[in-house]
Amino acid sequence: MATVVFTQNIQRHVVCPDAKAGGGTVREVLDNVFADNPQVRGYVLDDQAALRKHITIFVDGKMIGDRARLSDAVGDTSRIYVFQALSGG
Amino acid sequence: MSDTLLISTRKGLFTIARTNGTWDITGVDFLGDNVTLTLTDPRDGRHYAALDHGHFGVKLHRSTGNGWEEIAVPAYPPKPEGVEEVDIWGRPLNWSTAKIWALAAGGPDENGVIWCGTLPGGLFRSTDHGQNWEMVRSLWDHPLRKKWSGGGADLPGIHSICIDPGNSKRAWIAVSTGGIWFTDDAGANWALRGAGMRAEYMPAEQAHDPIAQDVHCLAQCPADLSRMWVQHHNGIFVSSDEGQTFSEIKAEPSTFGFPVVVHPREPDTAWFVPEIKDEKRIPRDGKLVVTRTRDGGKSFDILTKGLPQSHAYDVVYRHALALDDTGERLALGSTTGGLWVTEDQGDTWTCVTHTLPPIYAVRFAS
Repeated sequence: MATVVFTQNIQRHVVCPDAKAGGGTVREVLDNVFADNPQVRGYVLDDQAALRKHITIFVDGKMIGDRARLSDAVGDTSRIYVFQALSGG
Repeated sequence: MSDTLLISTRKGLFTIARTNGTWDITGVDFLGDNVTLTLTDPRDGRHYAALDHGHFGVKLHRSTGNGWEEIAVPAYPPKPEGVEEVDIWGRPLNWSTAKIWALAAGGPDENGVIWCGTLPGGLFRSTDHGQNWEMVRSLWDHPLRKKWSGGGADLPGIHSICIDPGNSKRAWIAVSTGGIWFTDDAGANWALRGAGMRAEYMPAEQAHDPIAQDVHCLAQCPADLSRMWVQHHNGIFVSSDEGQTFSEIKAEPSTFGFPVVVHPREPDTAWFVPEIKDEKRIPRDGKLVVTRTRDGGKSFDILTKGLPQSHAYDVVYRHALALDDTGERLALGSTTGGLWVTEDQGDTWTCVTHTLPPIYAVRFAS
């Protein structure tokens, strides 16, 4: 199963510890994580289930290319990092 | 009479309370986070707070009695395959809540009903105190909705919601930019209102089109629903027929601004916070003033006592002027962190603080 790691900055708002979940794509893995922790979903995805602006995901060190459908492939031992840019004043 | 204020700011939600005749900051929640609007439901006293976490999206919290809990946020339905929609600038319009811009309690006979207006233009209704939300599809799917456009914001949005206290099925909303809309069947059908308003920024042949009107704020007198006041992008307008037709009002030092509030029992009494003009959004001559009419707009008092009258560049947003249910107390908060309160309808103001973060909304919490 893949390991999903969320940025510490989200965890200021909602609890989302590292998780292990199955799935062949980023979408499938995240759907499985969100099934156990539904509140996190809205922090990562917008209303159309696309990745929120300024949030990105790396799979095994490579940034995903499909931000709308999250169709990028995930392996059994992949590490998925969910993090964001920080800005503002 | 309310002794408590909720102040939504760029860096948290501040509670201001009146004790022994003095208003002071007594609490802060969500410190460091962007709180954009609150609602206190007069039917049960619950508070709702809208937060915008930027990268992490818009959230909604509800008071629990000893804190807050995050509840569902209004969410747009899936955009059907093949549907492409762009804004007036040609950019794809994302069906996703970009901002909560209006929160209103339903009628006294509808315990649990909350209305929510958003950017990019979706209206939502909850029947269970915000636990679940349903989009009002009749408005979103209305063919004229696609003529709504962003004004100061990039996206169109619903910022004002007025519910008939005697008939909860009747409601008015206002859109920037998209005019005033009315339903008399709880949102099943909508009609565009607002004849008589004038958009000076539009080509002449469209200047009087009701859908082209950039209403900054809509206020309705609860004791006389026929009387509605509009602070518009280029003026002040008043209606005596529930928003079907409007007349333009002249006032000094300016009729540009964002908020308007109307007295709960005196429909001819209303307050505004003028700025120079749309392309120069600061108080005239660096003097922060409030204007008040008591005669339906025939004349205005310019209220200055207690407000800064030198080098004041405070802007007061559309939700940042509040009036309590007695019609005596008002409070206003500014983009430069100033907060003032009056207990005599604006004749004299007291500065509570001038060091808050930028203020987005001021509400009395009854």
